[in-house]
Amino acid sequence: MRPVAIIGIGKTAFGALADRDLRSLAVEAVGHALSDAGMPPGAVESFYLGNFAGPSFVGQNHLAPYVAASAGLEGIPCTRFENACASGGSAFFHAWQGVAAGIYEVAVAAGVEKMTSQPTPRVTEILAGAGDMSTEGRAGATFPALFSMIANRHMYQYGTTREQLASVAVKNHANGAKNPLAHMRKVITLEQALAGKPVADPLTVYDCSLVSDGAAAVILVPFDRARQFTSHPVRVLASAQTSDHLALDSKDDITLFPSVKSAGQKAYTMAGLGPGDIDFAELHDCFTIAEIVASEDLGFVEKGMGGPFAAEGCSAIGGRLPINASGGLKSKGHPVGATGVGQLCDLVQQLRGDAGDRQVKRHRIGLAQNLGGSGATCVVTILGKNA
Amino acid sequence: MDSANPAEGVVYTETTVYSPPQQYVAEAPYQIAIVDLGSSPPNGPGRITVRILADSPAERVRIGDRVSFVENRDGVSYFRKAPGLTPA
Repeated sequence: MRPVAIIGIGKTAFGALADRDLRSLAVEAVGHALSDAGMPPGAVESFYLGNFAGPSFVGQNHLAPYVAASAGLEGIPCTRFENACASGGSAFFHAWQGVAAGIYEVAVAAGVEKMTSQPTPRVTEILAGAGDMSTEGRAGATFPALFSMIANRHMYQYGTTREQLASVAVKNHANGAKNPLAHMRKVITLEQALAGKPVADPLTVYDCSLVSDGAAAVILVPFDRARQFTSHPVRVLASAQTSDHLALDSKDDITLFPSVKSAGQKAYTMAGLGPGDIDFAELHDCFTIAEIVASEDLGFVEKGMGGPFAAEGCSAIGGRLPINASGGLKSKGHPVGATGVGQLCDLVQQLRGDAGDRQVKRHRIGLAQNLGGSGATCVVTILGKNA
Repeated sequence: MDSANPAEGVVYTETTVYSPPQQYVAEAPYQIAIVDLGSSPPNGPGRITVRILADSPAERVRIGDRVSFVENRDGVSYFRKAPGLTPA
């Protein structure tokens, strides 16, 4: 395998974008990424599109060529990747493999979701399809319900508190308020977060990520060609994708995600790094508890200590290990299929030192973790500045 | 639930759903739980996701509560808090 670089990133704003359709969002993100890389569309050799539920949300199938042809990427292999909320991460993982294996010289990994044209109960139902519909789905488990059951068990086993969960939301909103592309640029207080409308006990609306429209894209080339295009290439130090059962009741201990632990371990081994080498991270905070569990599964804190870690400010922008300096899914928004690629755009922006008010101090090595469902897919990617 | 399964179990985790999917809008809020059936089959920890029957919020269950099987409707098992002792 040869080293791979990301030489271009592109994102749309995330939000409830009533006048935008799925294709125009994806085309915009790909266009931004190509111009960032100084790359003509005709040079792209393969296209990987992450999308969770386009057919359910907007009634369109065959999405990869549908987007690619409008983005000027014609005649090349175009494939859609669906792994629930890890669809974007999966698209990237496969694009990276194609370039690392020497099959392609230029690949584009993108992600898109158009969610806000459906009413909330219908969105809830579509999202529930990322769980096992024959068991937990049939019993009435929504996604917030699955993560609430994780939160309740984590609280029971480790003494994690409601305040600690809410502190994740407060932090991510504070960060997202500084992100011009974020869906909800609103600072919130701990009191507000605790008093939020209940969604599934103990999680309130402030513990849940947002239903958003949006798209993101990155351009990959072999590392030894990267400097032809950019003076600040970012190296892909590792990317690992893992899987597990869909149903929560099939797991021995729901306070951890085996898929996150194994993806993390594989990525650390591939990069020759450990958790202590990571300067900052974008973690999949689909719910506040998910960020806490991921920070434990990736070895940033001891098992059970993810709550205090967040509440004490260790994961704030000025903390020991900034997590979700972008605002995370909580504040930035969670257009499901775009999220995994969007996280990588955020890492690259930080590695380049281009994150403005959100810039973290140490920014040599960043990690992104993208989770599908309640842990049935995980993609962990580690990116590094130059060399 | 089929007849081979025990009629009692212990709540491993639970939640009350306030924002339901379209199909269950009329039933919200409702409680669901993962119940430990105490067996260890080869393919998993021997747990099942169920609906809790509660006529009032006081009848909802917490982790560690014992629950008994009531009935199966449309492939979903319904359990109710078992009478008697409940762990503190």
